[in-house]
Amino acid sequence: MLNSNPMLHRTAWLVSVLAAGGLFAAAITGSAHADADHATKKISRVAQPTIIIEKEGECVEPEDVMKRDHMKFILHQRDKTVHQGVRTEKYSLKNCVNCHANSKTNSVLGKDGFCASCHSYAAVSIDCFSCHTATGEKTAANQDKATVDAKSPEQLGQMVTTVPAIKQAPASTGKAP
Amino acid sequence: MSLSRREFLGVSGAAVAAATLAPGLRLIDLATARSPEEAVSTLQRWGLLIDTNQCGTGCSACVTACNDENGLTSHGRPESDAQWIRTVTLKDKETGYAQTLPMMCQHCEEPPCVDVCPTGASFKRDDGIVLVDKHICIGCRYCMMACPYKARSFVHEDLTDQKPYAPRGKGTVESCTLCVHRVDKGQIPACVEACTADGGKAMLFGDIKDPNSEISQRLKSQPSKQIRADLNLNTGVRYQGL
Repeated sequence: MLNSNPMLHRTAWLVSVLAAGGLFAAAITGSAHADADHATKKISRVAQPTIIIEKEGECVEPEDVMKRDHMKFILHQRDKTVHQGVRTEKYSLKNCVNCHANSKTNSVLGKDGFCASCHSYAAVSIDCFSCHTATGEKTAANQDKATVDAKSPEQLGQMVTTVPAIKQAPASTGKAP
Repeated sequence: MSLSRREFLGVSGAAVAAATLAPGLRLIDLATARSPEEAVSTLQRWGLLIDTNQCGTGCSACVTACNDENGLTSHGRPESDAQWIRTVTLKDKETGYAQTLPMMCQHCEEPPCVDVCPTGASFKRDDGIVLVDKHICIGCRYCMMACPYKARSFVHEDLTDQKPYAPRGKGTVESCTLCVHRVDKGQIPACVEACTADGGKAMLFGDIKDPNSEISQRLKSQPSKQIRADLNLNTGVRYQGL
């Protein structure tokens, strides 16, 4: 009788395997959750990065791309600028700094600095700013932008995100320049 | 006489080839400034012509302008402070005749600093401007020893408040960039601008490969000198009145 319906036999076997797999996966994710909770409690002595984005609008690339590849863009642009005199604004470090400089300190460094905050959390030391200035240019155009983009403290508060997203972001594939 | 189909295709093909040549290479260079995304080309070579007769004794407008433009601040230690341009006084011991001239990187066609650089940081841009890629510079200072004009400086101390367009940092060698950030925008170097504004008109900047530029015309029609011409470096900076 059993031999007469091998399909049924196979289906039952598949279902049992899938169920076992499901249980196993659930167990793993559960323990991972527990690990994550444990980890957040444990690492509280390391300040979480605060990413303050004050200016509206899109960055030069989508956010996830920038998180992963910003160093590649800057490195590529750097060589083209120095050696070939290509001075497009899009991927230039100057453009990064002008746009992301903190409105209070006019800098990307310091405790809440756009660059410094994340890089100190990730323990990646960048030496861009031993030569390049970390302060935004005070051009007329920039100042106009700054005044238009200046937000009330409440609005600013909403835009401040504490970023556990760093953990989700895939590990950087490129070597730091 | 009418062209056969084959002849016509041959002629028109040659015409198209002559018109396009190669990407980025033009037979007639445009008079306008280069666009930001366009790479520099060997069709240009930037140079300076300095008429020392126009240099007033004690005038250092070019030096001040350079320091201001590129953010060369003094640490109060002149021996180790960076200097991209300096005034040199020449004195004839026989007659006592003294003259002053500005001295900076001569932007050689065959730069000794580039020859000796172990990392490739010292390089000549296609338009003849000799630069240091400070990202690659390891601060060995071979180039400083190789330069016959003593034109380069080493940054000995930590710096702050650099200009956004002129990054500078400790542990690297630097020298006159011919205000490359200004030249790329179609402007003239800060020293030349200051000299012209000062009424001295001792300095003239231009493309020495362009036969119609003022600098080419003057080099063609008037005597000029390279300093240490015996080294055959073919400098981009030429002097008159020496």
